[in-house]
Amino acid sequence: MESDYVTIYVLGKKHKVPKDLTIMKAMEYAGHQFRRGAGCRGGFCGACATLYRRKGSYKLEGALACQKIVEDGMVIAQIPFSPAAKKTYRLEELKPSASTILEYYPEVSRCLSCNTCTKACPQDIMVMDYVQAALRGDLAKATELSFDCISCGLCAVRCPAEIVPYNVAQLARRLYARYIDGPAQQVLDRVEEVEKGVYDEEIERLKKASKEELAQLYNSREIDISE
Amino acid sequence: MIRLAYYPGCTLKDQAKGFEDSAHLVAGALGLELVELQRWTCCGTVHSLATDDVMHQLAPIRNLLRAQEMKGEGLVDDDRLVTLCAMCYNTLKRANSVFQEDEERREKIVEIMTKEEHQYQGRVKVVHLLEVLRGLGWQRVREAVKKPLEGLRVAPYYGCLLLRPRGVGLDDTDNPTIMENMVQALGGEVVDFPYKQKCCGSYQTVHMPETVSELAHRILSQAQEMGAELLVTACPLCEYNLGRMQDRIARRHPGFQPIPVIYFTQLMALAFGLGPGEAGFSPNTPDPTPLLEERGLLEG
Amino acid sequence: MLTFKSQQLGFNPDQRSFKERVEELSGENLDLCFQCGACSGGCPMTQEMDLLPSKVIRMAQLGLEEVLESTTIWTCMTCFSCEVRCPRGIDVANVMEALRQLVLRRKYNRVSLDELSPEELRTLPQIALISNQRKLTA
Repeated sequence: MESDYVTIYVLGKKHKVPKDLTIMKAMEYAGHQFRRGAGCRGGFCGACATLYRRKGSYKLEGALACQKIVEDGMVIAQIPFSPAAKKTYRLEELKPSASTILEYYPEVSRCLSCNTCTKACPQDIMVMDYVQAALRGDLAKATELSFDCISCGLCAVRCPAEIVPYNVAQLARRLYARYIDGPAQQVLDRVEEVEKGVYDEEIERLKKASKEELAQLYNSREIDISE
Repeated sequence: MIRLAYYPGCTLKDQAKGFEDSAHLVAGALGLELVELQRWTCCGTVHSLATDDVMHQLAPIRNLLRAQEMKGEGLVDDDRLVTLCAMCYNTLKRANSVFQEDEERREKIVEIMTKEEHQYQGRVKVVHLLEVLRGLGWQRVREAVKKPLEGLRVAPYYGCLLLRPRGVGLDDTDNPTIMENMVQALGGEVVDFPYKQKCCGSYQTVHMPETVSELAHRILSQAQEMGAELLVTACPLCEYNLGRMQDRIARRHPGFQPIPVIYFTQLMALAFGLGPGEAGFSPNTPDPTPLLEERGLLEG
Repeated sequence: MLTFKSQQLGFNPDQRSFKERVEELSGENLDLCFQCGACSGGCPMTQEMDLLPSKVIRMAQLGLEEVLESTTIWTCMTCFSCEVRCPRGIDVANVMEALRQLVLRRKYNRVSLDELSPEELRTLPQIALISNQRKLTA
């Protein structure tokens, strides 16, 4: 049926594709083979950053090709890589403050608070807010707000102040985790348990178990599905 | 307690934290509460002067919108947005004027800020803390003083953006009195000097620090010649230029004596017997504690 | 830093004069200036300028695009000392900004963050870096 298909434009060329496909699947349906710009296909790796416009709208929007469902009249362009020269640093030598952020990413001072980055983000992250938090040294807030960032690069491509927000966020999160938040207590507890030998007996038993026993144990394990 | 919307600006959360901390103490002593804006962003520090500029107005206007939202939610008591930093004051105030007076740019700005839940109505009044104090009356300030600054010779340093351009400044640009009144209300001795509104060098400090240190030298040495023991300022950039540059000045001018430069709210907090604020004095200024201890303004 | 050559201003489809473009961008009427020199007298940065502020206004009045090659427009601190002194009410700082913008909008950056050492970047407060970038870069 005609209504089961939509028209999309990939690299300027018109294609008719089934309407319930993601951009990625639609592009493959149309014959494109992904050599770059595809990764986990699950909305987590940030490889398939895509810009598109809808028919009749001037608005430029960002999405992940593996997540976004096609719409009629979509004009699509992929951004498989955004040029971002990441700074190298030794985390052990840094201080958790605004001056560190400014030392490595001084372009953060150019932020116009225009919100273009937030508009481009396919993860609904408040990008401008985390850049601003980093600018004033509020590393806790920068971490909290940038947590879901998958470094897809759309914000960096669009930023008029030429900032690469996700690199700034990465530095902020690293500083926060190392210096402010401290190590996760449950990890420390578990390491202590291991060192005390709490799990030794169980591990020895598993080492000696047969393949059938292991298969049986594996298949009957309890999976805790929390809400 | 009158609750007023308060815009800090980036530097007041970092190097100039002492300015903010002391301001909260001062406000509290005068029955005011400075309620920080939620979700504020950098104002841009300078007003973009090109008549067609829209992009640089977004940041300040977004902050004015936040102030409006706070009023709407009943978190503050009136339309005022209080700033401490002179540059933020100037930038926010001028952007507000652009929004209120330039219809064409106003339309563009509203259209660009589509992700905002509300639209800015142009009714927020940008004020500097000094104006709020003036409005309360210097008598109120006098009454809150526990440790009068007896004999402390203070030179108020205005810098540029509190007073200029005409129409934006918070006092008469030829003969300002607001900071002098504040010092007198605290019991201090005002040292007036002609360079009190000469530019400290502003943003040229980034790439032309030697030139800026010469400007700072002229300002500081004139204040010293007129007998000042201390300068007070309302701008973190002035504080940086006049304070931090003193090492450079001393290298170039061997006879130069360091002179502390502190934020006016810190002086007020000291006079109110509340100490300089949690963050203490900025690392940029030559240490004021010997002078202040000698006058009995710290501890006790 | 690279000097800007005023020929780069080239493309001018509506054939507006240089003077008109400066006036429009600054919102100031350059014809009001009668060269009294009060702005230059009050400007704190003149020792770092190749042209006095009043001379810059004169050149703009005469439509001389070479004024864009001066150091004056870049060493200006936007302190508005000139604005308060001008007896004809010209905001000279606005004119300086307009001249800067005519150059900056051609992708010319007067300064770069790359020129600063890590130590400078660590110690400069945000307020300095931000205002510096706003006034002197594209």
